[in-house]
Amino acid sequence: MRKIILLVIGFFSAISIASTVSAAEQGRDGELKLLYWQAPSTMMPYLSGGTKELEASSLVIEPLARYDNNGKMHAWLAEVIPTVENGGVSNDLKSITWKLKRGLKWSDGSDLTSADAVFTYEYCTHPDTGCTQSNYYNDIVSVEAPDAHTIQINFALPKPFPYSAFVGFNAPILQKAQFEGCIGSKSQECTEQNFHPIGTGPFKVVDFKPNDVVILEANTLYREQGKPAFQSVLLKGGGDATSAARAVLETGEMHFAWNLQVEPEILIKMAEGGKGTVITGFGTSVERLMINFTNPDPALGNNRSEYIGGNNNQNAHPFLADYSVRRALSLAIDRQILVDAGYGFGGKIGCNVLSAPEFYASDSNDECKTQNVDEANRLLDDAGWTHGSDGIRAKDGVRISILYQTSTNSVRQGTQAFIKEMWKAIGVETELRNISASVFFGGDIGSPDTYQKFYADIEMYTNNFSGTDPETYMNSWTCKEVPRRSKNWGGTNMPRYCNPDYDALATQMSTTPNLDERIRLAKAMNDMLMQDYAIIPLIHRAGVSAFSNEIEGPRGNEWDSELWNIADWHLK
Amino acid sequence: MVHYIIRRLLAAIPTLLVISFVIFAILDLAPGDPTGNLPMTVPPEVREKIRLSLGLDESMHIRYYKWLIQFFINEPLNILQHSFGITIGDAEGRTRILSWATRSPVIDLIIERTPQTLWVVGLSYLLGILMAIPIGIVQAYRQYSLLDQVGTFVAMIGFSVPTFFTGVVAILVFSVELKWFPMIYDTTLEVTSWDNFILQVKQMIMPVTVLAFYQASQLSRFMRASILDNLNLDYVRTARSKGRSERAVLMIHVLRNSLIPVVTLIALGIPTIFGGAIITEQIFRVNGLGQLLIIAIEGADIPTVQTLTFLFAILIVLFNLIADVLYGMLDPRIRYD
Repeated sequence: MRKIILLVIGFFSAISIASTVSAAEQGRDGELKLLYWQAPSTMMPYLSGGTKELEASSLVIEPLARYDNNGKMHAWLAEVIPTVENGGVSNDLKSITWKLKRGLKWSDGSDLTSADAVFTYEYCTHPDTGCTQSNYYNDIVSVEAPDAHTIQINFALPKPFPYSAFVGFNAPILQKAQFEGCIGSKSQECTEQNFHPIGTGPFKVVDFKPNDVVILEANTLYREQGKPAFQSVLLKGGGDATSAARAVLETGEMHFAWNLQVEPEILIKMAEGGKGTVITGFGTSVERLMINFTNPDPALGNNRSEYIGGNNNQNAHPFLADYSVRRALSLAIDRQILVDAGYGFGGKIGCNVLSAPEFYASDSNDECKTQNVDEANRLLDDAGWTHGSDGIRAKDGVRISILYQTSTNSVRQGTQAFIKEMWKAIGVETELRNISASVFFGGDIGSPDTYQKFYADIEMYTNNFSGTDPETYMNSWTCKEVPRRSKNWGGTNMPRYCNPDYDALATQMSTTPNLDERIRLAKAMNDMLMQDYAIIPLIHRAGVSAFSNEIEGPRGNEWDSELWNIADWHLK
Repeated sequence: MVHYIIRRLLAAIPTLLVISFVIFAILDLAPGDPTGNLPMTVPPEVREKIRLSLGLDESMHIRYYKWLIQFFINEPLNILQHSFGITIGDAEGRTRILSWATRSPVIDLIIERTPQTLWVVGLSYLLGILMAIPIGIVQAYRQYSLLDQVGTFVAMIGFSVPTFFTGVVAILVFSVELKWFPMIYDTTLEVTSWDNFILQVKQMIMPVTVLAFYQASQLSRFMRASILDNLNLDYVRTARSKGRSERAVLMIHVLRNSLIPVVTLIALGIPTIFGGAIITEQIFRVNGLGQLLIIAIEGADIPTVQTLTFLFAILIVLFNLIADVLYGMLDPRIRYD
């Protein structure tokens, strides 16, 4: 009898073991259907800066470390994140040493070694490759492979934040054997390789049709047992955001849809259908108004919107140079209306140009959260801007009449229309203008309509920074970044804001490795820009995606690929 | 006739060259930058390098000359090599027209997308013709009957309501509410079995119907008008007085004569099939040639736009010739020699 009981117990435990094994088997959940209405045009992240291509390639090729949905860095192909404390980063901050996990294999069966990383660095920094991610490899003197598992990166200058090369979906590691013949100008012709990169990730490419569809299957050599749960992935592209949301939330044809910039009321209604969930990830994107500190008057010819400097900026803007006007413009805006009308899930009131990661966000600019028309009017009255016969304020013959430009996009045009009305309430006249995105952001030197030339009084767009370290981003508004004619308008300081105090903080930050101190400096820089109203932030924008109730796993991620944890996705 | 065709083909060459130059010049002068859609985090120096890697530093006439060589010599040679195994010249060193967005040969992209466009747009064109001709005949023959009135009403709706409306309505009704058909067209589906065939039919029904409805509405009006023009002519009265049956009068005498302008119209419309149905393809995610063109335009992918528009130009010139030849064959009174 006892034997029988033992046998029975043994039998059942055997079954339960067997069933847990089968439940943890790779590929048990069949096909996962992803919908990217902006379809990927290549699987090669280094030849396309577009997020859609980075997302698609993140299924296949991987970096040493990647960010989770909270912006926290995790070791991915590396064993640990190197720091000064664990000896991975040298004391002079001029080198970082990564250790690869043991036993990593490419999906073709060969070993991943540090030589692949060295090759990736050479590939991207080759002048003729046209690598779109080369800024992730800035300031590097050399990348060395002391042994097969060690990657040492040497910098030309101390790097307080050395995690950009080989970190995140922008800078994954390529297989040397596959791309050896594709370096430099040859990179353009390696269509086969660019469409079917060999990787270490949970999936490998079976078929790639540019701008249409990608079919992937589970990588049998993936380093984690029993992952991914899905046998194959269909990544379909095309169409528009609204119908993409519909395919997940209403018909349930797809499991996941990315980048759902859909009119808020429509998306809310779809989400009520109960077939899926809308997820948002707040990253660093902030929709903002850039104030032009220089005079964009066409009569100035070559000096139009040109920063000349000198005493009190000789080419100062006729009315935006006045602090009271800038502050009044910000106070007059009801940001909640802009959020409700244009963004919904995809945004919240933004009062900082540096609003994420959380610990970098300053709380001393909350004045912007509430509209205050009376205060705005009082400020303008006190500063001597009086109402003219047409209701528009003026002083010494200068009327506050703003040319307000942005890129063509229905949400932006909606925002423009709201703001125009809000400014009308304080006696400010606004002329609206929108320019096709490929021209506005295009940087064509011959075009007068680029956001760099800024031939307008105010312009609006979203900017962000990748990764979690804001140093480069905050450097955008130093004096040397002012776009000028002599530099072909290269530069990121669109407001032409030039303040020695700000530059001093930037210099200090570039030599400060301590995180708490960096946070203090970054916040101070942000507050200076905000309280001087050089930039008027409007919306802290989020990435919006939706996933079907049939699956579990997606966590919106604005710091890295939304598919960063796809190995853990599974059917319910 | 052969003489005429050869003469027309020869005359087409300078026309096409001028067209290709005009397209190139317009695209080159138009504002737009292939790096314009990159995220703002990509710094200007990197953008400049990307532009250099795309060959944008060369002057316009050199880029045009390169494109001409690639389009008229390299690409045909490449097709020869791949379809028939004939290698002429240096196959390795031959550069092909590369798309800036995908960095892959434009011709391959076009070949990849032609099947779905032909299936969906071509089939709807065919269906549209098959519906329009009988409807037009009946409507004309029974002019002002209830049938004619209803037909006219439906046709008016058909070509005044755009496909981006009918398409979305179809999706809302048949995909979202009734769940009969998928709203997403699966371009990877290969018809290998009966089940797959059913799936293929299911996914094609909505886009094909929406487009066919639109095509049929336009064509049926032409058909009706053309038959009406002929019904009152003397030869019809002659045929009737000879004692021929009404059926023979209508289907043999009238129909053949009325088809002449309609056939020309149909032939001239064929190039538009290859242009894809930009809006319908977008709505149902058919991702054919129309979608390729619109994405290329949005992304300032000039080689793709240039090559596609020029191929359309060739097709238009070619089908104009075909329409003229057909005209001569249908109408013996027209002679070209």
